[in-house]
Amino acid sequence: MLLVVEQFLNGLQFGLLLFLLAAGLTLVFGIMDLVNLAHGSLYMMGAYFAATFAAWTGSFLAGALLALGATLILGIVLEMSALRHLYGRDHLDHVLATFGLILFFNEAVRLIWGPAGLALPLPAWLTVPVPILPGIHYPAYRLAIIVVALLVALLLYLGVMRTRIGMLIRAGASNREMIGALGINIKLLYTLVFGLGAALAGLAGLMQAPILTVQIGMGENILILAFVIIVIGGIGSIRGAFLAAIFVGMIDTLGRAFLPNLLRQVLSGAAASTAAPALSSMLIYLLMAIVLVVRPEGLFPANRR
Amino acid sequence: MKNVTVSKAVTALMLAGLVLLPLYSQASGNVFILTLFTRIVILALAAASLNLIMGFGGMMSFGHAAYLGIGGYAVGMLAQEGVGSGWVQFPVALAASAIYALVIGALSLRTRGVYFIMITLAFAQMAYYVASGLARYGGDDGLTVYKRSDFSGLINLGNRTQFYYLCLACLLGVIFLIWRIVNSRFGLVVQGLRSNEQRMQAIGFPAKRYQLVCFVISGTMCGLAGALLANNTDFVSPAVMYWTRSGDLMVMVILGGMGTLFGPVMGAVVFLLLEEFLSQITEYWALIMGPLLLLIVLFGRGGIMGMLGRAGRG
Repeated sequence: MLLVVEQFLNGLQFGLLLFLLAAGLTLVFGIMDLVNLAHGSLYMMGAYFAATFAAWTGSFLAGALLALGATLILGIVLEMSALRHLYGRDHLDHVLATFGLILFFNEAVRLIWGPAGLALPLPAWLTVPVPILPGIHYPAYRLAIIVVALLVALLLYLGVMRTRIGMLIRAGASNREMIGALGINIKLLYTLVFGLGAALAGLAGLMQAPILTVQIGMGENILILAFVIIVIGGIGSIRGAFLAAIFVGMIDTLGRAFLPNLLRQVLSGAAASTAAPALSSMLIYLLMAIVLVVRPEGLFPANRR
Repeated sequence: MKNVTVSKAVTALMLAGLVLLPLYSQASGNVFILTLFTRIVILALAAASLNLIMGFGGMMSFGHAAYLGIGGYAVGMLAQEGVGSGWVQFPVALAASAIYALVIGALSLRTRGVYFIMITLAFAQMAYYVASGLARYGGDDGLTVYKRSDFSGLINLGNRTQFYYLCLACLLGVIFLIWRIVNSRFGLVVQGLRSNEQRMQAIGFPAKRYQLVCFVISGTMCGLAGALLANNTDFVSPAVMYWTRSGDLMVMVILGGMGTLFGPVMGAVVFLLLEEFLSQITEYWALIMGPLLLLIVLFGRGGIMGMLGRAGRG
């Protein structure tokens, strides 16, 4: 019971973290029609910035806030200097150009911070276990991730659906020329959206940093997961990304936790312990394949067109 | 007409260089360059196979490295089990790649556009994790191939020069095949589907069936590259299927010029030589390579072949 609740919460936490990454990706993808493989690099930069700034200021929170600002600025600079010129080009061009950016970022990090990973230590008040149910404790930091991510998800939803800027963003997604003709500065709008996506990726990176080590290439595996999520959820749909992220986070976490035991019931011990990790890594890709075969446009296709 | 001659001249020059390379290597005693170019030729073969579906067929596969792994593992696993004959290993490698391509092609071709890019990526990642889980064959650490494929004395894969010429012959054979396919009725239908699938379907061509056959041919060709690659490195590991490898192959195709016969070869030569050259200057070669890719995309439309064409015209 204890294990089930704990793993369930871990799955939720991982899923919400994935949502932060996928939300930025799906915004950029759905609105600018840009495939940004370098989104994972922004996630990595968020983690590196947080580790550095936290060490400078001596405060976890100050480091996190500074890192958030830094990734926002980095995203805006990246959009204005390079990615802006890719809008309207072939998807393949996006893949190639942002693939080059991944190479660049990984190497720049190696040059600046060295090949060894960094650690981002948590302050004492975030490491205490919090009782959530009678007799069940859960780490405060993971709980904080869940709360922050849910809050961001809510703000994002309200921002896109209920504010003027959000309205402009949605309008820009459906017809770029028209909204430009109506006197809206679409370039600035796109830059803002990209910066927002970058900040979300940075937030995911800096929140994940204390749980895993901060290292080169940390953004790549999770980027693929984020792509899987937006494909399952339907490209351009924030609601789809949210549900798919939770789904994928749960399946991944619960699969890793319980699949070895389940397999041991059917297979011999040695065979089960070798097959289980591979099988649990495959589960989400299998899920994506099934979803795409059944619903080629994802579960919640954004109602454009 | 002048633009045709420039790109043709460069292509001919490159091919002559590839054919004569072992002579240079022998004369100068530079063994390394032959090893490097064997790798380049094999990856050029993989890039050419990707170009068949991407450039001519308009199917953007982001999981082409999976075939490199499947072909490689077919050779490695059979060698491990005591089957050293290339007459068995290579057909098995090709058949395994073809079957894999048939299954994932049938599923993936239900989607299009970005979804197709992502689903092929997902299948390749699955293949990657399956290989990582093969404890009997090395799992994550990979599998050493202790003995190269044995072609009953006909050709010795252990001899560097012979192996190089085998790879080059395979590459030229595949390009010849692609040339014949592209100019056949079948190839014209596939290219027509790239331009306008709806119209082709309205005329009465079963679109998916044509695309699937093309997809399988391409995968089988890449499986050959995988079998050669395992022989070249005497080693195969899940890392050859990692998604960045698929990305490398795409880069080679686009860099050289998508939808041109010799573009992918040019792309592979330039990409891998650049990588080698930059890594000799600085440990941080990717710092230059990354922005270079970005610049090529922004300013060099149509890849090297396209630029050569423009140079001839200008």
